[in-house]
Amino acid sequence: MSLIQPERIAFDDPRIVSARADLVAALRAFLPADAVLERQEEVRPYECDGLSAYRQLPLLVVLPRTVEEVQRILRLCSERQVPMVARGAGTGLSGGALPRGDGLLLSLARFNRILDLDPVARTARVQPGVRNLAISEAARPHGLYYAPDPSSQIACTIGGNIAENSGGVHCLKYGLTVHNLLSVTFVTMEGELIELGSAAPDSPGYDLLALYIGSEGMLGVTVEARVKLLPVPERAQALLAAYDDVEKAGQAVGDIIAAGIIPAGLEMMDGPAIQAAEDFVHAGYPTEAAALLICELDGINQEVSEQVMQVRDLLLESGATEVRTSQDDAERLRFWQGRKSAFPAVGRISPDYYCMDGTIPRRALPEVLRRTAELSRQYGLRVANVFHAGDGNMHPLILFDANKPGELERTEELGGRILELCVEVGGTITGEHGVGIEKINQMCVQFSPEELRQFHAVKEAFDPDALLNPGKGIPTPRRCSEYRELPTPRAHHAHH
Amino acid sequence: MSKDSTTLFQERVKTAIAEASPVAILGNGTKSFYGRIAQGQPLRVSEHAGILNYQPKELVLTARAGTTLDEIEDALARQGQSLAFEPPHFRPSGDAPDATLGGTLACGLAGPARPYAGAARDLVLGVRILTGRAEVLRFGGEVMKNVAGYDVSRLMAGAMGTLGILLDISLKVMPRPAISETRILSAGIEQALDLMIDWAAKPWPVTATAWYAGRLWVRLSGGRQGVSEAAQRIGGEVMDPHEAETFWRDLIREQGHRFFSGEGPLWRLSLPANVPHLALAGDQLIEWSGSQRWLRGDADAERIRGAVSAVGGHATLFRGGDRAGHVFHPLSEPLMRLHLRLKQSFDPHGILNPGRLYAEF
Ligand SMILES: Cc1cc2nc3c(=O)[nH]c(=O)nc-3n(C[C@H](O)[C@H](O)[C@H](O)COP(=O)(O)OP(=O)(O)OC[C@H]3O[C@@H](n4cnc5c(N)ncnc54)[C@H](O)[C@@H]3O)c2cc1C
Repeated sequence: MSLIQPERIAFDDPRIVSARADLVAALRAFLPADAVLERQEEVRPYECDGLSAYRQLPLLVVLPRTVEEVQRILRLCSERQVPMVARGAGTGLSGGALPRGDGLLLSLARFNRILDLDPVARTARVQPGVRNLAISEAARPHGLYYAPDPSSQIACTIGGNIAENSGGVHCLKYGLTVHNLLSVTFVTMEGELIELGSAAPDSPGYDLLALYIGSEGMLGVTVEARVKLLPVPERAQALLAAYDDVEKAGQAVGDIIAAGIIPAGLEMMDGPAIQAAEDFVHAGYPTEAAALLICELDGINQEVSEQVMQVRDLLLESGATEVRTSQDDAERLRFWQGRKSAFPAVGRISPDYYCMDGTIPRRALPEVLRRTAELSRQYGLRVANVFHAGDGNMHPLILFDANKPGELERTEELGGRILELCVEVGGTITGEHGVGIEKINQMCVQFSPEELRQFHAVKEAFDPDALLNPGKGIPTPRRCSEYRELPTPRAHHAHH
Repeated sequence: MSKDSTTLFQERVKTAIAEASPVAILGNGTKSFYGRIAQGQPLRVSEHAGILNYQPKELVLTARAGTTLDEIEDALARQGQSLAFEPPHFRPSGDAPDATLGGTLACGLAGPARPYAGAARDLVLGVRILTGRAEVLRFGGEVMKNVAGYDVSRLMAGAMGTLGILLDISLKVMPRPAISETRILSAGIEQALDLMIDWAAKPWPVTATAWYAGRLWVRLSGGRQGVSEAAQRIGGEVMDPHEAETFWRDLIREQGHRFFSGEGPLWRLSLPANVPHLALAGDQLIEWSGSQRWLRGDADAERIRGAVSAVGGHATLFRGGDRAGHVFHPLSEPLMRLHLRLKQSFDPHGILNPGRLYAEF
């Protein structure tokens, strides 16, 4: 039995599936020929996102080019009560963009233009399909950039970033998507166009922009966004510190922050992650270390020099066995290279890997790492840890082989237990990847039935017929009571 | 003072539902002047007070909503930290009770650092609330990153208590900058707006700006080197540090400046920072690199709102004027519909602060 199978029952409603030809005709009436994909080989590329353990062919794929087309598609879906899933680049790691067999998959790929970049106001107005990195590239000639930088920034779209409230290695100092967005224009399931927020601060009424960001495509379809651009810091410098003990590295993170320094980035990797990364990109990491910290400082020239010295001292005092300071930008980027390619690096040493995303209060780090290692032994699966150390967001990577019978199921179960551990120590099941379909059961652990009911009520305010990305993000009460009644995973699941 | 009154408030809300008798949520009343006139039986929530958890190394503080800002700021200062959004207290006098954290978040107001360090909502990590269904719910948490479920905690910022009674609040707190320096320049309004925009585009540690009557103030905060380097490039005259502290805190944040005590209603115009000077009847004081402009005078509400809407902004009747009319900028019809549905989802009986934000709910 797999614990995290989606609620399949509702995924291929025969009423909708049998009326497919009719729906195609209605869509083709106002969409150009190349905007509706219906053949299996055409819709196949959309069957999953970055969480490829879940696959499902969509009923149809639509690729609109204009806001009016999006509005008409949603109105049509509303009229016919057809579910709809939006998709950006499909790099999501929680199955948020997983299609439905009885629903439309709406790709925003053709909304790929930067509409306006105002270097004076330091804002950019972009379509949702614009790639995260493309914004910074366009802003660079003006000495500006867009701060949130998920590791997937070459590929992921701003529409997806908004849906997930994505972060990046620089969000400790510069914030998440929610801190860097001025406004969003979205289409409601009823086809209405609404703008939340504005270029002026503190929009009147409720802060619906904050509510919308991170809503995983369940409240509306983003068709435009206005983002803040920041001046590129005069200088950035990074330090790399090796430790023979994970706990000491964790302690050092607290010491830096207690000294009043907010680094631009503060990342940690454990032994297995260091070795995998080093084998992959040859960044020159000390492979015998039990933990590695990468600390980046940025700002005005002189100030960075001052802080680098201060952090260097702190790292040495905290028991680092080695501290390196980047001498130039090339070296700084080399420090980062291993961290930024940690996922693919781990992908090389194992047939498959499964990335978790819990956040914990930082003081619980030693306990969580210890208990994760115990679970790893119990389930007979290796775990490598990559960690946004500054803000407590952990990415344990479980190594497995999907071709071995039962191993995926065991991996999912281990993942679920790691997330529940995060909740137990006062943290959360997801820091930046979203709940999607993947962590829907753990939502029942983190929230009470009343809280979940409130979430559903919020959803209903935006999408009364529950047609937008249904079955994701927020579990139904029934699902939770079933999950709660499951026997707690027992040791015999694990094969030693 | 440390006390948990959750159960007591829950009983009050249950009674209010049973008797269909709305409550007007009241902290220490420092912001009673703000928003539309309160309706309903006063429900005092300031006794639910006390700091519950403070982890300086993790930059997190959790306190009951009735805790005063003074108490919180003192605790933070002892660890060299502060509330980065510099919330105004608006305490009427030294012996009156101080502003509560709950009221601060409900109003969502912020001080001079807001465009540079974030608003109240930017620093909210989690809340525990009592809804209009008399349910106690927790959203968010005590960690920096959390995307489980909709972000209901930030939604509470500026909701004026209409979605729930705030019980406990977790905030991200920040280290206090090592040093601050304020410079004063002479500048006309147009030149000042240009300068402020210019500075904001530089990687300089600007943390406050204000312009009034031909004078432009700019505060730089951070490390010694960074501040002095930027200060030299900005030029102007150095303000005495104590005087500067008083200026930003008492005169600007707490609105002690003589501009604020002038005649006529006080409007807060919220604009895209790069909007040129808006000539409206009355006196203006400018903050936030040009994105917050205070207007004191009797200009017609319709004219003000028309002028700011035309440039993508909005206007709040901050103090004085007609507190039974549109205090906050009117919402478009589809937005109002969303507001009504959301209000319904948190407070189906309409018993929490009805009419405080908009007449419709
Ligand atoms: C190697 C790798 C590294 C990663 N690193 C990070 C990281 O450092 N930080 C981080 O936060 N994430 C990271 N991610 C996760 C992922 O890249 C982000 O969640 C990203 O924001 C998803 O963007 P996307 O365009 O691919 O969205 P998709 O995967 O296509 O969709 C994600 C969700 O957004 C919704 N959606 C997309 N577009 C719209 C729209 N226009 N309107 C409404 N809803 C929409 C979808 O329905 C879905 O629920 C990583 C992923 C990979 C594969």
